[in-house]
Amino acid sequence: MTAPSLPVRVGPTGPSFRQRVGKATPYLLLAPGILWLLIFFILPTFQMFLTSVSTGSLDNGFKLTWSGAAYVTSLTKFGTQFENSLIYGGIATLLTFAIGFPVAYTIAFRGGRWKNFLLFIVIAPFFTSFLIRTISWKVLLLDNGPVLGFLRDTLHLLPADASVIGTPIAVIAGITYNFLPFMILPLYVALEKIDPRLIEAANDLYASRWGAFRRVTIPLALPGIFAGSILTFIPALGDYVNAILLGSPQTQMIGNVIQSRFLLLGDYPVAAALSFILMAAILVAVSIYARVLGTEQLTG
Amino acid sequence: MVEPHPQEFVEPVSEIDVRLVDVVKRFGDSNAVDHISLDVKDGEFFSLLGPSGCGKTTTLRMIGGFEQPTSGLIELQGQDVTWLPSYKRNVNTVFQSYALFPHLTIEENVAFGLRRKKVKDAEVKSRVTDMLKLVELPGFERRKPNQISGGQAQRVALARALINRPAVLLLDEPLGALDLKLRKQMQVELKRIQREVGITFIYVTHDQEEAMTMSDRIAVMNRGQYEQLGDPESLYERPQTRFVAGFLGVSNLLAGTVDGSADSFVLVKLADDTRLRVPAGLVEGKTEIEVGIRPEKIRMNGTDDTIPAAANQLEGVVSDVSYVGVSTQYIVASKSGIPMTVYEQNVERTSQGSLYRRGDAVRVSWLPEHTFVIRDAAAATREPVPAKEIH
Ligand SMILES: Nc1ncnc2c1ncn2[C@@H]1O[C@H](COP(=O)(O)OP(=O)(O)OP(=O)(O)O)[C@@H](O)[C@H]1O
Ligand SMILES: [Mg+2]
Repeated sequence: MTAPSLPVRVGPTGPSFRQRVGKATPYLLLAPGILWLLIFFILPTFQMFLTSVSTGSLDNGFKLTWSGAAYVTSLTKFGTQFENSLIYGGIATLLTFAIGFPVAYTIAFRGGRWKNFLLFIVIAPFFTSFLIRTISWKVLLLDNGPVLGFLRDTLHLLPADASVIGTPIAVIAGITYNFLPFMILPLYVALEKIDPRLIEAANDLYASRWGAFRRVTIPLALPGIFAGSILTFIPALGDYVNAILLGSPQTQMIGNVIQSRFLLLGDYPVAAALSFILMAAILVAVSIYARVLGTEQLTG
Repeated sequence: MVEPHPQEFVEPVSEIDVRLVDVVKRFGDSNAVDHISLDVKDGEFFSLLGPSGCGKTTTLRMIGGFEQPTSGLIELQGQDVTWLPSYKRNVNTVFQSYALFPHLTIEENVAFGLRRKKVKDAEVKSRVTDMLKLVELPGFERRKPNQISGGQAQRVALARALINRPAVLLLDEPLGALDLKLRKQMQVELKRIQREVGITFIYVTHDQEEAMTMSDRIAVMNRGQYEQLGDPESLYERPQTRFVAGFLGVSNLLAGTVDGSADSFVLVKLADDTRLRVPAGLVEGKTEIEVGIRPEKIRMNGTDDTIPAAANQLEGVVSDVSYVGVSTQYIVASKSGIPMTVYEQNVERTSQGSLYRRGDAVRVSWLPEHTFVIRDAAAATREPVPAKEIH
C-alpha cells in the first residue's frame, strides 16, 4: 500500500459513500430474488386467493364476492383425495428415504473415485421426460408385463389374477421412483460433509459402529434428511401424473382433482381453494416436522 | 469390557503400558511403519518425533485401533489388542484436528465417552465439571464447538479424552494448529495435566523442541522406523545416527580414520591430517568414524589465545557471523575443509566490542568429552528382526 497523496479528511464526518454502499450490499444482492418472488409468486398467489373467494362460471365470468363456498366444497367433498395424497406421498417419502439413504451413504463414504460417476447415474433418469419414464413404469407393471410375469408365472409368488396397475401400490411405486433423486442428492450432500474423523472419534470414545452412526452420522445428516424429505413429500403431495398413468379412479390424489377442476371443468374457485388448502396443510406439516427434527438435534 | 487375559500370559507386575512387537503397516507396496518394536512405560510421557510422512500417525492409529497392522503385535497393559476394535480399547485419542462433535455442546462432547459407558448421570455431571476445571474452561458447558477458539477447542478435545481415565492417551500433533505463543503455553499446561492425572501419554510431533521440553523419552522416527530411542538429554548429547544428529538441533560432523590412541582417548585423523581426541569408549573398535560436536560446545579463540592442552582444536577463518541476541552464530571454514558452526553466548565479547568478523583467522576448540560418535549413517539401534510377515 502506498500513502494517499490526496489530503485526507479527518474528524467526525457522516458515513462515507463507500460505507453506505457496503451496508446496502446485502439488500442489493437480494433485490433480484425479491423482485422475482414478488412477480412470480406473491402476485399469482394473491390472484389465486381472489379467485378462490369469487363465484361464477367460465362462460359468465367470475366475480369477486368474498364467498367461502369454494372452501366449503373443497373441505367437504374431497376428503378421500386429500387422504390419498397424504398416504401415497407419505409412504413414497418413507420409501425414498429407505432406498435413498443407503445409496447416498455408500456414495459418500465408499464412493472413492467413482463418486461423480455414481451421482451421475442417480440423476441420469432426469435426462428423459418425466412422462416417458412414468409411462415405461406402466409398461413394466402391466398384468402381462415383465415384473408381474416373473413374480407370477416364473416364481409363482403371486396368484394368477394378481394385478398391480391401477392400485395404490403402482402409484406409490411411481412416485417413489420419480422422486428418488430428490432424496438422494440432499442426503449425499449432508453425508459427504461429515468428517470421517468424527466417526473415529466416536469409536475412540467407546461408541460402537451403530452407536457412532446413531450419535454422530444421523444427527449430522439431519439437514439433508430434512431437505430430502421436504423436496420429496411436497411435490409428491401435489403430483397427479403418477395417479393418472399408473392408478385408477379410486387412487385419485388431490392433484388430480385440482387438475380436472381447473382444466376440464373450468371451476377456478374450487381449484384455487383446493390449492390454498394444500399449501396451508404443507406449511403446517413442514413447520411441525422442522420443529421435531430441530429438537431431536438439540437433545441428540 | 475386554476379556480378562489368561493368567499365565500376564507379566509379573508389568510396568509396560504399551508394547509394539515387530509392527508393520503396509499401504500399497510401501511400508508406512516398518518393523517397529517398542515399550512405553506406565505413566510415561513418550513422544514419537520425526519428519512428515515418517509413519508417526500410522503408528498412533494402530495403537488407537483405527488401523490394523499388516503384521506384528500390539499389547496394552499386557493384553494383546492387535485386533480389538477401537471402541473396546482403554485408550483415548486427541486428534490433530480435534474432531469435536459440531452438533453437541462442549458439555456433551466431554461427556460422550462416559455416556457410552453408561456412567450414572450425577457422576457424569460432576466429572465434566471437574474436567472443565482441570483444563481451565469452567462455564463453557453450553457452548458449541464453533463458538470457541482453537486453543479452547484443543483443551476440550483433551478433556473429552482424559475424562474417561484411559490407560493411555494418544495425542497426534495436538498443538499443530496453534500459534507459537499459545503452543508454548499449552506445552506447559499439557505437561502439568499429565503429571496431575498420571496417565501414560504417547505424543506425536514433528517439532523437536516440543518433544524435548515435554517428553520423558522420545523415539526419533525416520521412514517407518525409529533410529534412536532415549531421553531428551541422551538423544541430544549422544545422537547415534546422522539423522538424529541433524534432526535434533545442529551438529558438526567430521569424518576421519582412527589412528592410534593416547590415555583414555582414541586419536582420529581428519582429511587434512589434523588429529582429534575422542573418548575411547565411544569408538567401539571401528576405524572409519564420524565425530560430532554441538555448536554451543565449541569455543572461539584468537590465533594467540592459549587453549587447554586436552582440547581438540581446528584452525580456520570466520566465513559468516550472525548476531541473534542471546548468542552469536559463527561459521568457520576450517582448514580441513569442513565448515564448523559455532554458537557463542554473548557475554564478554559483546561488552568488550570484540566479536569476530568475517575473514578473522581463529581457532575453534572443544573438550573431547563433549564429542559424540555417529555409529552408522542409518538406523544403528534397530535390532535385527526376523522376516516373519503375515499376509
Ligand atoms: N490410508 C493410507 N493409504 C495409503 N498411504 C497412506 C495412508 N496413510 C498414510 N499413508 C502413507 O504412509 C506414510 C506415513 O504416513 P503418516 O500419516 O503415518 O505420516 P506422519 O509421520 O504422521 O506424517 P505427518 O507429520 O505429515 O503427519 C506416508 O507416506 C503416507 O503417505
Ligand atoms: Mg501425522
